[in-house]
Amino acid sequence: MDAHIRFDRVSVHYGAHAALKELSLDVPPRQILGIIGPAKSGKTTLLKCINRTIDFEAGVRVTGRILVGGEDVYRSRNVHALRRRVGMVFPLPVGLPLSVYDNVAYAPRSMGIRNRAELDALVEHCLRQAMLWDEVKDRLDLLGTRLSGGQQQRLTLARALSLRPEILCLDEFSIAIDPVTTMKIEDILRELKNEMTIVLVTNLVQQARRLADRTAFMNAGQLVEVDETERLFEHPSNRITERYVNGDFG
Amino acid sequence: MSDSTPVVPVSGAQDIPPAAAPDALSRPAGLRASVAASSPRRWARWGELLIEGLIYLCGWSAILFVAAIFFFVFIEAAPLAAQGFDFVEFFTSVNWRPTSNVRPQFGTLALLVGSLCVTGLAMLMAVPLGLGAAVYISEFASGRTKEVLKVVVELLAAIPSVVWGFIGMMVIGPIIIRFTGTPVGVNLLNGSIILALMSVPIIVSIAEDALKAVPDSYREAALSLGANQWEVVYRVLFPAAKNGLLAAVLLGVGRAIGETMAVLMVTGHAIQIPRGLLDPVRTLTATIAAELGETVQGDTHFRTLFLIGLVLFALTFIVNLIADLIVKGIRSENA
Amino acid sequence: MKTPDAIGEPGNPNPDGKAFFRPSALERRKARREAAARWVFLGMTLVLVAPVFAIVAYMLVQAWPVLSFSFLWENPQNRMTAGGIWAPLVGTFCLVFFSLIFAAPIGVLAGIYLNEYAKDNWFTRAVNLAVMNLAGVPSIVHGLFGFGAFVLFAGMGKSVLAASCTLAVMTLPVIITSTREALSSVPMAFRQACWNLGASRWHTVRTIVLPNSISGILTGVIFEVSRAAGETAPILFTGAVYYVKVADHGWESFFPYGPTDRCMALSMHLFTLATQASGVPEALQYGTAVVLMGLILAVNGLSIGLRSYLRSRKRW
Repeated sequence: MDAHIRFDRVSVHYGAHAALKELSLDVPPRQILGIIGPAKSGKTTLLKCINRTIDFEAGVRVTGRILVGGEDVYRSRNVHALRRRVGMVFPLPVGLPLSVYDNVAYAPRSMGIRNRAELDALVEHCLRQAMLWDEVKDRLDLLGTRLSGGQQQRLTLARALSLRPEILCLDEFSIAIDPVTTMKIEDILRELKNEMTIVLVTNLVQQARRLADRTAFMNAGQLVEVDETERLFEHPSNRITERYVNGDFG
Repeated sequence: MSDSTPVVPVSGAQDIPPAAAPDALSRPAGLRASVAASSPRRWARWGELLIEGLIYLCGWSAILFVAAIFFFVFIEAAPLAAQGFDFVEFFTSVNWRPTSNVRPQFGTLALLVGSLCVTGLAMLMAVPLGLGAAVYISEFASGRTKEVLKVVVELLAAIPSVVWGFIGMMVIGPIIIRFTGTPVGVNLLNGSIILALMSVPIIVSIAEDALKAVPDSYREAALSLGANQWEVVYRVLFPAAKNGLLAAVLLGVGRAIGETMAVLMVTGHAIQIPRGLLDPVRTLTATIAAELGETVQGDTHFRTLFLIGLVLFALTFIVNLIADLIVKGIRSENA
Repeated sequence: MKTPDAIGEPGNPNPDGKAFFRPSALERRKARREAAARWVFLGMTLVLVAPVFAIVAYMLVQAWPVLSFSFLWENPQNRMTAGGIWAPLVGTFCLVFFSLIFAAPIGVLAGIYLNEYAKDNWFTRAVNLAVMNLAGVPSIVHGLFGFGAFVLFAGMGKSVLAASCTLAVMTLPVIITSTREALSSVPMAFRQACWNLGASRWHTVRTIVLPNSISGILTGVIFEVSRAAGETAPILFTGAVYYVKVADHGWESFFPYGPTDRCMALSMHLFTLATQASGVPEALQYGTAVVLMGLILAVNGLSIGLRSYLRSRKRW
């Protein structure tokens, strides 16, 4: 099985502290990979490595290879192009201080797309995919920061989708939003996996169980186990995994 | 719009990578895609490099300018060393007679003492008043009053030096004459009062920042133990904010030492060590301002004035450095 | 154990149930001390503030006979003993305008560097230290620097250009600092959202950070305008002079100074009237002082007003 993303003995150090330790992981294409684990297990760090936003952290050292589409991300000529291929959704919803329309059109515009008709189509497409279109279609000039938390999170998703990324990463996307929106987004993800590879970091074990095709369990910077979701939950091969999925800790 | 998801037309901007086709993953499409996907137009990328280069250059400019200031003042004063200038006299003699036909003397001790006296006296008045006002604004005033007072302090800070000098000459001077009977209103006292009024705003605003930085939990803890406002200020806030308050005072001192026009206009013109409040004095800054216009470029008097400028630069540099270290000291304490 | 008497019965120290809330003697003393403290600090504030109001009022009164439109419009006449302040006024505008042209771009870009690009290392600390020290350099030392660097070394001679450059270097640090503060008020989350969309640092700054902080930057720049207008020492030897003959009407009177000319300036003019010129009626001197002060306070008021306006119009 060809991996869309491959981590090859990747270690990440913040000064003396190791956030990732010799982690190797393959992310298969067109699937949802769930990543679960307790706090401080390195899940967010792993996501940041995929699109190299780890570079923005002060004093960070990355060793090992990270391959996206077969290409080493630290050898790519243009890191911005890499980031455009990877959509990212954060824990806290962020609406840019622009109109809803401009929020979604931000990335395409920065790529030079100026044609109004094209942008209109793109904005509507993405907002529909993010299940936000019906709520904002009459108020596209509303300031993004004035939407509710759940709407802003879907707006973030729409922004991430506006460049038709190959990979979509979500980092605990549901912790700051209401359950209804969470369910909506989960439905969206089930649809999206036909088009792109999804990496879903979550602290809600049941969410991984619902959505992920494969699940990886991380603890203290190391990959403990990765397997098909059902197998990981029903018959984990590692004792720690078993304890975690049963709620004994974390 | 119809129900089917419209395909995004990939027009002239070929930079949006098309949705990954199944076989695209097996070959390294990444590299080609990323090359095609760099900024839309080549010139946009160059333009960005240019502006970022400018940004970096301007960022470094502050260092450049400070160094340049030091350099250009130094370069005019430097030849003094080569021509056997009497530096000992410069620092220790009270005789400043640069234009004497018999033997020019360049002793700056009286000027230095003049600067220190005016500054010291001014701080004596400005620090208590400034801190008191800062405490009032920060702890006792609220809402509208607070805003108004802060605006008033800001506007006070905006009054230019030459206007303060004018006020000193025309308003304070006559008042001094009336109340003390001296013949001339421009003297040490006048200079100190004006300088105090000028330094207060900076002391107030920085002290107010320092007091604001003390966490509310300190105040709440003290109040819940039964302390009243006065005790909170005296026993809790001052010790907690003492570094910031000290920095405020130091910055006020730095400002006062460097003040030129106002002191030039109101401290009088006698170059002597003052023996009383009503004696006229001359400061280092006023000397430069008063005499540079009358010197010949390149002669000893000219160069000595630049040397005085160098001394001033060093003085204020040190004072500011100490204030900055004190502020950093707070930061590392609280980190 | 004796049961406490019920409220209302004799022997109970709490006859009407309110004793717990009535202040004790100690508390009354404390309250008095607090009120005293409040008055003391208020007094200190008033000692500062009231005399200044009184002085300003006095100056207005003294200047009244002279203040009129023609005062602003006419040139100084008869060896400064009559006429108006047009030439110095225009001179000040010129100097401030040119100094802004030099200082604003450099200052804003430097502020962008410090807030958006600089990493947390010793070099950045050095830059920050340099900015702070630049802000603390005495104005007369700026004058010496301007003389040595612009008048002499760069060969500009005493001119509007040299004086403007000197003023520019003087106003630079405050523009840098206020730009930085304005930029840092934009939340980090916005930048991160843009970076994750593949936007470069500059693109993010240009499209999100700058538009949302431009007003704060403007506030700082306007504030610096007022400072530059009032300074005398930096221009004393670099371009401002005692007297320059300037056309009384026509096009020439609007643009009397070329970049290589010497000029008059309002701050210098006040200094001249008060200390150098003789026979100048007091009203004229007060008038000049009042106009200078009024100009500066008006510009400052604009800056403060802009700041309040901004606060009410936050977009997040």
